Amino acid sequence: MAHDKHFTNQEFKVVGTRVPRPDGVDKVTGRARYGADAFAPGQLVGAILRSPHAHAKIRKIDASKAEKLKGVKAVVTSADLPDLTNGRRDMLDILENCMARGRALYDGHAVAAVAAIDAETARKALKLIKVDYEVLPHVTDVDEAMKPGAPIVQPWVRTAGVDPAPTKASNVSQISTFGHGDVEAGFAEAHVIVERSYKTEQTHQGYIEPHACLASVNPDGTGELWVTTQGHFVFRNVCASLLGMEVAKLKVTSSEIGGGFGGKTHVWIEPVALALSRKANRPVKLVMTRDEVFRATGPTCSTSVDVKIGATRDGIITAATATLRYQDGAFPAIWGMLGAMTSFACYDLKNVKSVGYDVLVNRPKVAAYRAPSAPMAAFGVESTIDQLAAEIGMDPVEFRIKNAAKEGTRASYGPTYGPIGIGPTLQAAKNHPHMKAPLGRNQGRGMACGFWFNFGGQTCVDLNIGVDGTVNLTVGTVDVGGSRASMALIAAEELGIPYERVRCNVADTVSLGHNDMTEGSRGTFSSGMATVFAARNAIEVLRERAARTWDIDVSKVEWQDGKAVAMGSEHSNLSSLSIEELAAASPNTGGPIAGHNEVVADGAGVSFATHICDVEVDPETGKTRVIRYTVIQDAGKAIHPDYVEGQFQGGAAQGIGWALNEEYVYGDDGRLQNPGFLDYRIPVCSDLPFIDTQILEIPNPNHPYGVRGVGETSIVPPLAAIANAVSNAVGVRMTHIPMSPPRILKAIKAHRAESEAAA
Amino acid sequence: MRYEAPKTMKEASALMAKARGSAFILAGGTDLLVRLKSGLIEPELVVDIKRIPATQAIARTASGFRIGASVPCAALGRNSALKKAWPGVVEAANLIGSDQIQGRCTIVGNLCNASPAADSVPALVAAGAKVAIVGPKGRRTVAVEKIPAGPGRTSLKKGEVIEAIVLPKPKPKSGDAYLRFIPRTEMDIAVVSAGVNLTLGPKGVIKSARVALGAVAPTVLLVEAAAKAIVGTRLDDAALAALDAACQAACRPIDDKRGTAEFRTEVAGVLARRAARIAYQRAGGK
Amino acid sequence: MSGILVATTVNGDAVEFVCQPRETLLEVLRNRLGLTGAKEGCGTGDCGACSVTVDGALVCSCLVLGAEVEGRAVDTVEGLAEGDQLHPLQSQFIKHAALQCGICTPGFLVAAKALLDRNPDPSEEEIRYALAGNLCRCTGYDKIVRAVDAAAKDLRKQGRKA
Repeated sequence: MAHDKHFTNQEFKVVGTRVPRPDGVDKVTGRARYGADAFAPGQLVGAILRSPHAHAKIRKIDASKAEKLKGVKAVVTSADLPDLTNGRRDMLDILENCMARGRALYDGHAVAAVAAIDAETARKALKLIKVDYEVLPHVTDVDEAMKPGAPIVQPWVRTAGVDPAPTKASNVSQISTFGHGDVEAGFAEAHVIVERSYKTEQTHQGYIEPHACLASVNPDGTGELWVTTQGHFVFRNVCASLLGMEVAKLKVTSSEIGGGFGGKTHVWIEPVALALSRKANRPVKLVMTRDEVFRATGPTCSTSVDVKIGATRDGIITAATATLRYQDGAFPAIWGMLGAMTSFACYDLKNVKSVGYDVLVNRPKVAAYRAPSAPMAAFGVESTIDQLAAEIGMDPVEFRIKNAAKEGTRASYGPTYGPIGIGPTLQAAKNHPHMKAPLGRNQGRGMACGFWFNFGGQTCVDLNIGVDGTVNLTVGTVDVGGSRASMALIAAEELGIPYERVRCNVADTVSLGHNDMTEGSRGTFSSGMATVFAARNAIEVLRERAARTWDIDVSKVEWQDGKAVAMGSEHSNLSSLSIEELAAASPNTGGPIAGHNEVVADGAGVSFATHICDVEVDPETGKTRVIRYTVIQDAGKAIHPDYVEGQFQGGAAQGIGWALNEEYVYGDDGRLQNPGFLDYRIPVCSDLPFIDTQILEIPNPNHPYGVRGVGETSIVPPLAAIANAVSNAVGVRMTHIPMSPPRILKAIKAHRAESEAAA
Repeated sequence: MRYEAPKTMKEASALMAKARGSAFILAGGTDLLVRLKSGLIEPELVVDIKRIPATQAIARTASGFRIGASVPCAALGRNSALKKAWPGVVEAANLIGSDQIQGRCTIVGNLCNASPAADSVPALVAAGAKVAIVGPKGRRTVAVEKIPAGPGRTSLKKGEVIEAIVLPKPKPKSGDAYLRFIPRTEMDIAVVSAGVNLTLGPKGVIKSARVALGAVAPTVLLVEAAAKAIVGTRLDDAALAALDAACQAACRPIDDKRGTAEFRTEVAGVLARRAARIAYQRAGGK
Repeated sequence: MSGILVATTVNGDAVEFVCQPRETLLEVLRNRLGLTGAKEGCGTGDCGACSVTVDGALVCSCLVLGAEVEGRAVDTVEGLAEGDQLHPLQSQFIKHAALQCGICTPGFLVAAKALLDRNPDPSEEEIRYALAGNLCRCTGYDKIVRAVDAAAKDLRKQGRKA
């Protein structure tokens, strides 16, 4: 997209105001319908049988008893989901993750499914399915999986990114290298070098709504799917392809979505529900239990990261390297690559190299989780930066300011930055009263920076003007957290009408062109951009109608504050025509008035944040409490500040949970020990303080309003910010996330023992 | 599964005694329904005792308190006499779960669920509480610590149903306290816990004490050595250190998803010290 | 397995339903009575999304059997507004942007109402602990706590019970 001068530094009328969201009343009255809230005539209840083994060959599945149980209408296995992927390995992986094909690859992998007249019958039927497993050796730890002799998760995988191409199977699916300069020469110039290894455990997005869908496939090859998803158009394409349906014949409706954070960008149960419905010829509702959500859907990676950074005594980084090992679960992915790309993105570095390893283990397929891969890389890098600052005796904020990337910096992952916000967020942190507030006993302060790319992608918007001049804005990006309000604000701004006159709806797949997922913080950026253009498109039509009404040339008609105005002294007798008047007359001036836009929204501006955190640690128990937290982030332009703040706060809260207590605990048997909210400990209300926010607006030159995505970056700094704070509070460097009380207490004790031995 | 809601303890006991398959008592249901849902249990019979008047109230008796088996824990917190007499027991009961759970869960359920990490049990053991049982052979009363037989197992015989918890009247110049360790501020199961109940003699010297630890062994531990470590002292630093050591020596915990054995052992000592200090102050010691 | 006939009151209306002994109150509300405002986030009492009150006591409806509510009074999020007037908690949740995805919102509203019923002037800490049984993964709770505080002020100003 070209730089849109028209809107740079523009004064906005409604954009930037805190209006009530259009779906608010539905959501506070219980009327909003989520994934599990739909019903269809004659619907059946679906349920999935899952592997209790981390790795096993499936010798045989005997479902005959289940099929004979009264009330059971269909049983499906991988035999009912034949491979139609035509050699596309990525699609076959999706299919295999939805239903095991001869091998169970992780605890919780689906092996069979039933549809029955009620939940009780479905439950009984699952118990009647006999699966003959041959248990195979498994591996769940990322470092173990890379060792020679480790059990091979996917025998067909050969490590990509290695020359010459290997011939033997490996758990390393890909090695990705980024950087520039000469790191060896850079380290030689350094006065101080800090080198350290870090680990992070696997966490889950933890959306409160489990995956749920209602599938209905007819014998004529048509079908419908009601589903909680971050992208119903993509779900449609994937499901149609896997089931051999025609794209246009599968209507997918996105329900209200009860949280996704990346976890609802992948299909899990949907192809299975469709297969059950097709076999039973009845609608099938399939809802995951919380246990299934944890065992079988999108956690993020656990990681093992080495970072080495060198600097001169006056605080200039001379070289930086990182080796990042990310486990992708049982299917190849790009999470290690993204970790390598994001690791040093905040800094202006002459010599830098990062190497990412994507590693397979017997755990569920990893899905995106809010700025996927960046928090773990930032944990290693930002922790090392803090230690380096301490070693050279420089304030950690000052040290970062000295080395921060700026406009024109060549990023470690390749591109050269335009105007960016890392410097301004650091300056704001430096000046923030939080930085100067006194600390008490057992308290520590930490800060850290974070980066996320942000994405754009395919987007499509319709804007229809009703006969009374009110506007229906139809978008195809799922509203995950208030974006309908933001879209309506943008349409109102362009059209020059009150916000209340615009109604924004999310269309199903038969009512609008393709839209990519709501992911990569792209919702407000992309649909916002398409909304601007659709509104301008409608304004063209409105001007033409006015010109026709007045019988003057359209070039003499301007659109001002929701009205068509005839320009020039010769038309001074013509009083302006409002959108209401033009809409009312539309049947006689050419019919309905609408605007459209289809766009690949390029130019999502990169996003940076700086977080400050104070903690208090009980030295006798290792328990940490976050007592103050501040988020400073560049939003480009905050369309609806409440929901921008909400994204900042929510990302910080998830990061706090990850840093302190959330983790997947696997037993020696490769089974997940804590698949529930009791023992997978996400922050509760009393765990957190108010989370202060500061929105900076450094306009993205590629967006008409300067918007940058804001949804993801806020989860990147917390791991490191809290680790730095805890380390400062207890006087021991913490290198393993989560910093659970047993880990902190152990570190304190080890440090005490070391100090005593030294003395 | 059958659901029954009898009106008397006798009926409840008879139903449980006659059950052919597995049968469970339902009071708050906060553990039972979780197990039911997970498929861990397949009951033939569930007996809801909430409609039995004898289980419904907290009564002050000549010898202390009687807390009915279906009284939700939230009600303990609203009873000021009970709170004043046994603050440690009430705090422990009120620590279980959220407000939503508090509205349903019961201390008898907490006891019969037989988890070594049950919050109310160490406090009840320290307090010397007993349970009143109705069974096919009549009534009996036993000490609280006799009920859990191991994780998930109780010593109750077929047909036996607990009617109430019986708490003695606290002795003059006594105090109790309960502390647990959880990584969050709410909603967790105790990783380790300690209940202390002590009575002072003249000059603030501890005359008698009971110290109970949770989540450090298959059942809640009553640690006599820990009590001995503080009896005869004014809870000075040496006594606290001895208490800490005695508690740690008694621990036989496991490593699990909630914490390590090493952590549990160390923090058991920390919590016992802290709880003892609170109990000591409540007893009037300085 | 045979059904149990249960007569109860839901949001002030007399209701009868037949349920299986294993069925939870949450399942009954959602699948038999069409009241899908209460959500199942966990099924184990850990998330609070299914919060309702039974005879005024705040509970997780996933941990109550349908059969248990015979003769009781059940109140759900669907009964919170009075006629065409949103409850102050509902209005303040919208005004403060105290919801993002909104799946936890019904549970928070029911729990917050239970809090304000017994404590019309809670401190921030009291609000946080009272709502600890309701998980929200979107907001970091910040705006929720502020909305409850604002609603409490509204109610006190109006001199009415929650």
